[in-house]
Amino acid sequence: MTAEKTTTPLLQVKDLHVWFELRRWGFSHAGYVKAVDGVTFNLDYGESIAVVGESGCGKSSLMRTILGINKPTSGQVLFEGRDLTRFSRAEWQSYRAKVGYVQQDPFGALPPFMNIQQILEEPLIVHGIKDAAERERRVRKAMEEVRLTPADDFIQKFPHMLSGGQQQRVVIARAIILEPKIVVADEPVSMLDASVRVEILKLLRGLQQAHNLAVIYVTHDLSTVRYFSERVFVMYAGNTVEKAPIDSLLQNPLHPYSNALLDATSDPDANNALTYRELPPGEPPSLVNPPAGCRFHPRCPKAIRGLCDVEKPAEFEPENGHQTACWLYKA
Amino acid sequence: MADQPLLRLENLTLHFRTGKGTVKAVDGVNFDLDYKQAVVVLGESGCGKSSLAKAILRLLPRNVETYGGKVYLEGQELMSLTDEEYRKQVRWVRMSMVPQAAMNALNPVLKVGDQVAEPMIVHHNVSREQALEQAAKMFQHVGVPADFIDRYAFELSGGMRQRVAIAMALVTAPSLIILDEPTSALDVITQANIFNVLKRIKKELEISFILITHDIATSSELADRVAVMYAGQIVEVGDAMTFFQEPYHPYSRMLMASVPRMRSNQEPEFIVGQPPSLLDLPAGCRFAARCPLRFEKCAEEPPVFQKDGHLVKCWKYA
Repeated sequence: MTAEKTTTPLLQVKDLHVWFELRRWGFSHAGYVKAVDGVTFNLDYGESIAVVGESGCGKSSLMRTILGINKPTSGQVLFEGRDLTRFSRAEWQSYRAKVGYVQQDPFGALPPFMNIQQILEEPLIVHGIKDAAERERRVRKAMEEVRLTPADDFIQKFPHMLSGGQQQRVVIARAIILEPKIVVADEPVSMLDASVRVEILKLLRGLQQAHNLAVIYVTHDLSTVRYFSERVFVMYAGNTVEKAPIDSLLQNPLHPYSNALLDATSDPDANNALTYRELPPGEPPSLVNPPAGCRFHPRCPKAIRGLCDVEKPAEFEPENGHQTACWLYKA
Repeated sequence: MADQPLLRLENLTLHFRTGKGTVKAVDGVNFDLDYKQAVVVLGESGCGKSSLAKAILRLLPRNVETYGGKVYLEGQELMSLTDEEYRKQVRWVRMSMVPQAAMNALNPVLKVGDQVAEPMIVHHNVSREQALEQAAKMFQHVGVPADFIDRYAFELSGGMRQRVAIAMALVTAPSLIILDEPTSALDVITQANIFNVLKRIKKELEISFILITHDIATSSELADRVAVMYAGQIVEVGDAMTFFQEPYHPYSRMLMASVPRMRSNQEPEFIVGQPPSLLDLPAGCRFAARCPLRFEKCAEEPPVFQKDGHLVKCWKYA
């Protein structure tokens, strides 16, 4: 790729490592939790990507680093070409207005002692909008956009008075009220009922398209991804193992781990009860002392002895736009 | 004995008294469960499905206003038993339960082996050694390595802890286990593993299950029959084979249509509106307000109709 200055991606993540130090007795060094270990990707304006993986695979650490909550151990996160770690205080403040965050548990994410108006006004106050009428106008507009209508019925309510779906709408409204360029949605529907889930996903999708938002959708549920994102990253134990357009991942998963994930996901079908599912043995490895070579090799049915357990796989691109870090695809 | 169901619920009712009024969590539930069968109770949160489990096992909080109806287990009427008789003869002896989030409720200061063995000691009056032996057998059934018997809960992963919770329900060899959202907090692969375990013990130990869940896709992994619950009532009961292809009740249909599917391009549809509050239930059909097919008759409460072996509580099938 040639370096074209004119088309800097919105967000670049370059060989990112996020390690957390473990301490024994509170001070002596006892190793690192390698939560994110070499992740690279670009996110364009208005693009929606999904990060799929099991709990403990590092997807939340990755998101928190993008949001600026964690510091990268090495590697870079660039927003519009500028390195996050070099941000000044003022730059941080303006960056925080440009990234919205939709938390997983809406009830936990909303302060119980503030009503909807106060919750939605807060980011506006922090970002210096002094005119109260202007704030109210924007609060109402955001409520309109997440279909919390009529706004008058909700604006004075407290979070506990709302249903789970409505609470999640408030969280989304809070994330978009400053008109961000990126929204990070960390399992936004995993706490909700099936019938509401789709509604919230469609709402997010609609907002993404209407505002040309870039969205990073973090999930463990592959069946919801297709309704939301064009591209998917599959993460395993701190590494991305596969990057693909959603349809090619679902039809032709390359990495054995992606295969296992797809096999383990059920669709409602009574025939499921008749057979056992074929699954890889064991559980994801500890991130303190991950296996050498490919981190999936101890569970992988196709592991090549002497290669997969020794050398970390490089990224191969067997199909156009569909990359995987697996030695099986070595050209 | 031959054509007697394992469990029969007749007009089972459980109402709670709260500061705001009466919560009709379980409001006249009828259904039968056969031996070696798994029935899935599907429903959105707040429809009363966990209360149904508690009503069957008589695990009642203090604010119960009405607890009525009949529960028959292997032909024996259970409602006439006193609490002490129920505890000694039924709960955990013939029926046990894996409560919601059981894996996070394990005692942190006891070894998991002892926790699994405890029901044996309490109910079957055996020595600790014998009980631990039985616990080890159960660990094998649920796929927990034998040496985990001496570990503590914090040393186990989520999937392993959930297996321990299942072993705890299995250890006294009951004929029925109620599972309340057994996999909702687990990862996909772990979830699929747990369902493999459940399928195996259903076959090997000939146990019946009541699986309570809101996750329609994974519920199909275990279901022989499906019961759909809405606002405290069962609105449809049917065979899994036909239910997952084409349910009858409008609510079941919309619920099925709302499931995102990985292996088809079908666009999921959401159900507009919210279930009614259990404090203030509408007269007539409780789904009517959200139902696209409602007509005048829906202002009256529908009885249960038979339609191709499904029981459907909807006037459309009159």
